This record gives sequence, structure tokens and C-alpha cells, in this order.
Amino acid sequence: MTSQQERVGVYVCHCGSNIAGVVDVESVVKFAAEELKDRGVVLARDYTFMCSVAGQELIEQDIREQGLTRVVVAACSPHLHEKTFRGACERAGLNPYLAEMASIREHVAWVHSGHAAATAKAKSIVSGTVERVLKNEALDAIKVPIDAATLVVGGGIAGLQAALEVAEAGYEVYLIEREASLGGHMAQFDKTFPTLDCAACILTPKMASAGSHPKIHLFTWSEVEKVEGFVGNYTVSVKKKPRYIDEDVCTGCGICVEKCPVLVVDDNFEAGIGYRKAIYWPFAQAVPNLPVLDPDTCTYFIGAKTKDKGGCKACEIFCPTVPNSILFGQKEERVTLKVGNIILATGWELFNARRIPQYGYGRLANVFSNLELERMCNAAGPTGGKIVLRDGQTAPKAVGIVHCVGSRDRNYNPYCSAICCMQSLKLAHLVKERSGAEVYNFYIDIRTPGKDYDEFYQRVIDEGVHFVRGKVADVSDVPLGPGEESGKLYIQVEDTLAGLQRRIPVDMVVLASGLEPRHDSAEVGKTFGISCSTNGWFIEKHAKLDPIATMTDGVFVAGCAQGPKDIPASVAQGAAAAARVLSYIRQGELALEPVRASVVEEQCSGCRLCNGLCPYNAISFVEERRVSEINAALCQGCGTCVAACPAGAIQGSGYSNEQLFAQIEGLLREVRHETEVV
Amino acid sequence: MSDSFEPVIIGFTCNWCSYRAADHAGMTRTQYPPNARLIRLMCSGRLDPTFVLKALADGADGVLIAGCHPGECHYLEQNYKALRRHRLLQRTLAQFGIEPERVRLAWASAAEGVKFAAEISEMVEEVRKLGPLNWPARPRPLATVPADIPVLSEVAA
Repeated sequence: MTSQQERVGVYVCHCGSNIAGVVDVESVVKFAAEELKDRGVVLARDYTFMCSVAGQELIEQDIREQGLTRVVVAACSPHLHEKTFRGACERAGLNPYLAEMASIREHVAWVHSGHAAATAKAKSIVSGTVERVLKNEALDAIKVPIDAATLVVGGGIAGLQAALEVAEAGYEVYLIEREASLGGHMAQFDKTFPTLDCAACILTPKMASAGSHPKIHLFTWSEVEKVEGFVGNYTVSVKKKPRYIDEDVCTGCGICVEKCPVLVVDDNFEAGIGYRKAIYWPFAQAVPNLPVLDPDTCTYFIGAKTKDKGGCKACEIFCPTVPNSILFGQKEERVTLKVGNIILATGWELFNARRIPQYGYGRLANVFSNLELERMCNAAGPTGGKIVLRDGQTAPKAVGIVHCVGSRDRNYNPYCSAICCMQSLKLAHLVKERSGAEVYNFYIDIRTPGKDYDEFYQRVIDEGVHFVRGKVADVSDVPLGPGEESGKLYIQVEDTLAGLQRRIPVDMVVLASGLEPRHDSAEVGKTFGISCSTNGWFIEKHAKLDPIATMTDGVFVAGCAQGPKDIPASVAQGAAAAARVLSYIRQGELALEPVRASVVEEQCSGCRLCNGLCPYNAISFVEERRVSEINAALCQGCGTCVAACPAGAIQGSGYSNEQLFAQIEGLLREVRHETEVV
Repeated sequence: MSDSFEPVIIGFTCNWCSYRAADHAGMTRTQYPPNARLIRLMCSGRLDPTFVLKALADGADGVLIAGCHPGECHYLEQNYKALRRHRLLQRTLAQFGIEPERVRLAWASAAEGVKFAAEISEMVEEVRKLGPLNWPARPRPLATVPADIPVLSEVAA
């Protein structure tokens, strides 16, 4: 038995009571020390928290004093602490890849409740891991250089912050924005809670800095199509949609917009309550300061489609630049970028309140979404900041704000959208301030956890805004009974504090629609090699300890793309993502898991079966020697070729056949023993 | 085949999705029967069919192969290789008299702890019904190949 020479140390973690509450830790230690003695286990210990400094020192000390050559830590998932324990081994002079973790917390203690069965399972996992680690080989991490250029996807506040941080540190940033201007949702808001400073006043300077920064290369009206490569070395293909404007010539004078005779409802920036032209600026302070032409509403393009030549072309006729800035023939362009890291800040979409028919959005004229009211409050918005009903002139005397529309509702989204309570309080304040109307808030719970947030809530209460605790059942324009007049909207709600049904007449209803992931978040995630949670938000690497990284190294998330959050949290996460990228750039090169495939040429028959299996085209056939060869720089270590080679000529480091066969045997140890007895 | 029979299942999971799904089941405290013991591979494409034969021959009553959902593979498309190998395995094992239900293929994303737990629960019940495998010690009658398993030429295409 070759394992006789190896000296294995087994460490079983209590994780407080997380593991020890279910698994009989002592019994597992005893099993390892006694039953696995003939497999090379020379010592087995348990400790309250193996990941603590004292726990790690225990391992280091044993390596030095007991001459351990292999280490097994039975604790949490390797995704949490594999690095920790490898580090401990390395400090004590043992190759870090000679340590393995046995997951007895996530895979045993947290999912099973029967003590005996859980303990038995923990033992077999430890046995499997011991067998595996005996076959481990000392490996060296693979070093890859980090390209200093960074891709930021999304030009909202989170993406802007991230881009500016990286650029300020002196590195190139490619900032991609799907819309025609930077700014994101924040540009649509009027005031921001809880300080009530104007969104444009704090956002537009950042947009302008990003737009003019020598290190930031802007790609607005563009989308990422394809991403190839790995951390430090990504190749990104970007599609630039045609603006029908010559970006190099256009001065942004705006004569084309002024002369365009086509007026259409702006469903995008003005949330459907304002108008724009067929050639338009996304909004007044847009960065870059370039208009964009919408071919779906432009008279010329519609004419060209129906073969009725000689459409309007007013924009081209009046454009004062030489050469003319209007390019009706502009086509999509594709740009290839080389970057080392990617920050995804693709934001959110508003819940469509039409999905809740009883609230009447889209059916009853004076039911508004929160975003519509934001635009209405905005001094630069369609009403010039006046609060009016859908007729455009009547000021409401009573306004009802319905919280949790599409959030905290198992029929739509189970999660809390996090910002709508504060946004509703802000809107209540603004409506009261501007129109003097009575304002009613209908809420399930008021959630104001943030600096100065609850103080703002108290302020709004003191201003005389009414609060009714209860989920609104129905919004109706039909008067019931003699006391009710027509022309009002009636909000039916159970007041759960007073314990009675209320029916409150108002002139305007505002639905605090929640945040939803982008409709194409799953697709976008796929492009970047990351996944979405069941609710559709991008999954971070660790919910608490690493809410910035993803499971794909070199791809980071910031802002609402990762989950609903307010402006300060988005800014903080954007900056944090940038800090992580800068740390990678400063390190110059990064250590990757040494999990790679290689061909043992003496065993290779040259059948080429593996050649077509590699998704990265890392395997090629060497004509002179009649064997296949694997390019280590391209190989990502999936192991498909290792499994497929009929001659067993491909070795997979870190996940070799020997390691996996041994692990199977170890996991089935007690079953194997039984069958041998039979 | 008494009720007390507790099948032993070996589960092959991938580093990116299904192993993380098992972690997620833990984080959400989703309970499932303790019959499955998991092995982590980098990708379900790493699954050498001999791993499955080895597990069954060494005393496992069933084998679960779990990978990322089709289209979500961390290595682009290697889970499709696992899919093909699974079909071939089921076909091959039937000829050894091993019921195809003993080798199960499942997809689970890193957010699907509940799905992963459900797959294991279902599989444990299914294998419990089939009884102990005891392969290859006990000779077994030829199992019929279910009609929904494609023939080799279809799989290879």
C-alpha cells in the first residue's frame, strides 16, 4: 500500500453548533483516527472553529511538528474556506494542493436532522476525502497576466462610479451603455431621499466627468454581443447600434430636433407621460450630447420601407454642419475590445403594474406609476414639476400612494424592492409640498433602514401625511352607496391597525411599483458566464462576504443588477467593484487553479477524438509526432477530453482518474466492506 | 426488499452549478434524505462513464449525475457531453441487467438548492423501490431497454 508513507491529518470542525449540533464530531474524529489509520491518517482532531486563526495554527503546527504530508479539513463548503486552509498549509511549507476539504456543513449538518445518519454520512465523506487526498499531487498555481483595461457595462450611477474610480487610478475603461445617454434611472428622478437634493445636480457632474475623461472610452447606444477568454484576458465584441448621426461631425446644436415634425410619446425616459421627436435627445443633459434618430417613427424611414421615396428629411436639410451630420445610411458597427476585468452594472426595470388588474393601471386614467410621478415632479419633466391629473391641468386634492406593488407578493415577486418605501415617502412629501393635497400611504410595513431614513419618515409623518397599514385590495372609479360621488377613485383597504375596512376617495393613485431584473438578465448573464438567482438578479460569489465578485473570475457586479438597492448602496458597490479590479490590476498577474489537462504523448494514439471536444480549441494535432497536444494557456480545465480519451492518455491535474477512483472507493468504504463479508 | 433498505447514491456534481446547488440547499436548510454522497468535478463533462461503473460495482445502488442547465455550462457546452454519456450509460447498463433509473441525470443551477434536494429525494425513493443493486456479485436478469432511450446512432449525431 503506497499510502503507508503518507502522513494524513484530519481536522473536524464544529462550526460552533452548526456542525456539532447535528453531527457527532467526536465519533467522526474517532473513526478517522482508528478506522482510517491503515490509510495513513496519523492524527485526527476536532476544533470549534477550524477557520479561526487558532484553528489554522493547529494545522500549521501539526505540519511542522508531526510531519503531515496531507491535510483533510471536514468543515464547510470548499467554496467558502478552501483558500483559507490551503493558505495555512502553504505557510507551514506544505504544497497547498495537498489539502482537501470535506463539506460536512452544507452537505450534511444543514440538510439532515437525524444524528446517526448524518454522522455516518460525514464519516463516509471524510473517508472519501482521505482517499482522494492520498492521490493528490503537489501543484503550482497558474499565473496569468492581467490586462489593465476594464469593461464597465451600464452607465447608471453604479457603472459611472465604477468607471470613474478605475479611470482616476489611471487605467483605460470602456464604458458600454445600451441607451443613447449615460445616467440610467437616476437621471429620471427629481429629488433623492432622504436629503432631497436634486438627482440631476449630483448625477450630471459625474456623467460629464465620465464623458470627458481621457481614460474613459464611451460606447453609448451599444451592447455587448460576445465575451471570450478568462480573467485578465477577455475579448469583448460590442455592437454599436446606428444613431444615424455622424458622431465626429455633429455639434449637438439641436436644430434637427427642433425642425423634426414628428412628435411621439416617450415611453422610455419620460415614462410615457411626455413627448419626444423622431430625432431626439434622450434628455436635456444627455452625455454624449448627441441626438439619436428613431427609424421606427421617422417619416423618411417609414417612407423608405413602403417604397414611397422622398420622405421628410427635414433634419438633413436643416443640419448646419459640413459635411452633413445626418447619416440615413448608417449601419451597425462592431468593435472588439481587449480587457482584463468586467464590471456588470446593468440595473433594473420597473414592475409593470398592468399585471395587477385590480389596481387599474392602464385602465383608470388617474392611476400613475411611481416613475410617472417622478417625471411629473421633475422641473425639467413634461409638466414642469406641476402635480396634475391625466388631463394635464387639474391639481389633485387627495392622493393615495400604494406601497409594495409587485413586491412582497407571492403572485408577482416575493422579495422586497428595498427602495419603494423611501421613494413613496419622498413622493408623498413632494406632492404635499407642491399641490397641498392630502396624501395617504397604504403600506404593509414601512422599511426605512438607512442613515437618516427613519428621521425622514418621522418628518413626513409630522408634515401631516396619512398612513394606513394594510394591503390595498382594489382601486375603483365606481361610487358605491349614497355618500360617494363619481369622478373619484376609491381605494378599498383593510386598516389592520384599526381592525376595519376603509374606503378612501382620492383623485390620484400612485403605485409604488417594485424593481425587477432586466427582462434579458438571464441572456446577459449567459454572455458573461454568470448566472441569475431564482428571482432573476445576478448571483454574487458570496451573499455576505463577497457581494461584488461572481463565480466567474474577473466578472464583477454592481448596483441593482445584483439585487434591489438605493443610490448610496449602488455607489458603494460600484466603487467596491472598482477597488477589486484595481487590486487585480496592481497585482499584475493572478494565480489560477492549476486544473489543466495534458497529453501523455507516449500513450496517445493520435486518434484525434479529443480535438473536436474542446470548447476553447485548446487541442491540436501535431502532424510530425502524430499526437494531440493541449495548449495550457487556452485550456480551462473542464476535463471533458480527459474523460473522453479512449487510451487514457490525457491527464487532468487536480481531478485525475486516480483521485476520483480513490474518492469513490473511500465514499463507499463501509458498503465495500459489507459486500466483501457477504 | 424491506422498507428499511437505505440505498447508497453517489452523486457527481460540477463545481459551478450543481455542487453550488447542494451548497445552496445547505444555506437554505432544505432537508433531503442523507443517502447521497457527492463528488465534485470541475464540469459534468469530466464524468468518465467508468466512474459510474466503478461506483455501482463498489456498492452504490444508484448514481446521480448533475450539471448546469443546458445552455448555462461554465465551459460553454460540456454538459451536453454528459447528457450523451448518460444516454449511452443507461443503454449499456440495461444490457448488464441494471435498471436505467439507477443512473439519473439532473440539471441544477447554483440557485436551485430546492430543486437539487428534490432530485435527490425522488431518486432515493425510486432506487429504494428497485431494491439493493449488489452488482456485480449477484447475477441479474436482462432489463428491458425503455423505448425513450435513443439508439447509439441518434446519440452520436
